[in-house]
Amino acid sequence: MYPNVPHKHDQPILDVSHLAVRYNGHVALEDVTFHLHAGERVAVVGPNGAGKSTLIKAIAGVLQPSSGDVNIYGSHPDKHVCIGYIPQRSQVDWNFPVMVADVVMMGRSAKLGPFNWPRKKDWDFVNHALETVEIADLASRQISQLSGGQQQRMFIARAIAQESELMLMDEPLTGLDAPSQDGILNLLDRLKQEKVTVIVATHDLDQAASHFDRILLLNHRIVAFGVPQDVMQTNNLIQAYGGRLRSTENGNVLAVDDCCDNEHV
Amino acid sequence: MSFLLAPLQYEFMQRGMIAAVLVGIVCAIVGTFVVLRGMAFFGDALAHTILPGIALGYLVSGGAREPLFWWALGTAVVASLGIGAISKNSQIKEDTAIGIIFAGMFALGIALISTVRSYAVDLSHFLFGDVLSVSTQSLWLILLFGGLVLFTLLAFYKEFTTLSFDPILAATLRLPVDLLNNLLLVLIAVTVAVSLQTVGVALMVAMLVTPAATAYLLTKRLPRMMLLAAIFASLSGVIGLYLSYYLSIASGAAIVLTATFFFILAFGWKRMMSR
Repeated sequence: MYPNVPHKHDQPILDVSHLAVRYNGHVALEDVTFHLHAGERVAVVGPNGAGKSTLIKAIAGVLQPSSGDVNIYGSHPDKHVCIGYIPQRSQVDWNFPVMVADVVMMGRSAKLGPFNWPRKKDWDFVNHALETVEIADLASRQISQLSGGQQQRMFIARAIAQESELMLMDEPLTGLDAPSQDGILNLLDRLKQEKVTVIVATHDLDQAASHFDRILLLNHRIVAFGVPQDVMQTNNLIQAYGGRLRSTENGNVLAVDDCCDNEHV
Repeated sequence: MSFLLAPLQYEFMQRGMIAAVLVGIVCAIVGTFVVLRGMAFFGDALAHTILPGIALGYLVSGGAREPLFWWALGTAVVASLGIGAISKNSQIKEDTAIGIIFAGMFALGIALISTVRSYAVDLSHFLFGDVLSVSTQSLWLILLFGGLVLFTLLAFYKEFTTLSFDPILAATLRLPVDLLNNLLLVLIAVTVAVSLQTVGVALMVAMLVTPAATAYLLTKRLPRMMLLAAIFASLSGVIGLYLSYYLSIASGAAIVLTATFFFILAFGWKRMMSR
């Protein structure tokens, strides 16, 4: 009922091989192949509709690929409870009657198993997670009272309480003000020290280049994958975004179709 | 004092009170999830869909009331899983699919009952409930099955909460999502069968959503929401039966009207506080 397959640590934490996802004849992803080692931070960037969310859901194992494989430490994502999925904030019912600590405790559901109620050890996990993301003082707030940055921190805390080793974040920075974005990015630095592997879908090429170890440039297929300076070549970007690119004064390149909520350029 | 005690000298009133309170508590707590997951239409449809089952049982048993609980229970469980499967796999939109099945089954139920001569009276009992005719045996069935529903909800409380708040999290935690969804449908179905005699098919949805929605306005904590909903539902049952006794109103309608009154009070209070 609640699987927990031992991790093969000689295998990469994530191995995606010839992954394809098609909906009703429409191709969302085609021939996506890459792998990651524990502790890497990857930004998935690409134009709207490039398949970023689809890729994240396929890695999480909540969406079945049409063909190809996703493996986590050598076995199917279905077999793992170590994948923390952090939803887009717009997809959450913020009026649901739960407190911040309740939501973080949800991350422990799998480790608790059926019929068990949280024990002291589980509350320790929750409190530690809340302290890590610096919202311990908000533990008994109703979730509708949180700011955007705090909402995002709560979900990261939930993934920490889940003991996830691979965190998947779908647009965690979208709609946040610049200080909140910096706060989340600093948090990602801290997670790296704890060997947590992080995959973040983002619109912001600039942030992707400055805060991530690797960039995966996606437009249904992988356009480029590697360290930022290799990926952020103009020809790659043009291949991914077509004509929808613009240079800013300081020489950065910006994808104009997605830039509406990009305050800090 | 005699005002409050007078109705209780009748045993059928005592049994009616107990039934209304028990049913109220079970409906309110199950209803918490119905409200949070936006399943009100499903609950309404499910209640109506069991009418042909009850009608068939009624015809087969020659008008006896006691076996009807089992007919209602069986039909409700089958219908809930059926509606669940159809709304998941349907080509047309979920609410349209549910609407077609619900109206069709309801019409079939009415057609079956209309073959009996005392049709109008019997039909109105199924539609609007007849809590004052609850037998001692029915009370035990309500207690047993209502208790079973509450026990199951409690046992899977964290799973149901996680699944209702964030289905993708539930999937990544590898919780048995389909099984839990179907279990919740079955729990709602059993609740509908248990409540049939108290409020009837047509008013069932009010017991499922109104007390829970009232509680939702007043608290932002799930356990407290369940407790408040249960209190509002029990109070509605008791007050509704007194109203029914003194004003000669149909019992099911009186209970639902009382619950609605509580909702309006809470709604008005909320509006005043937020001003």
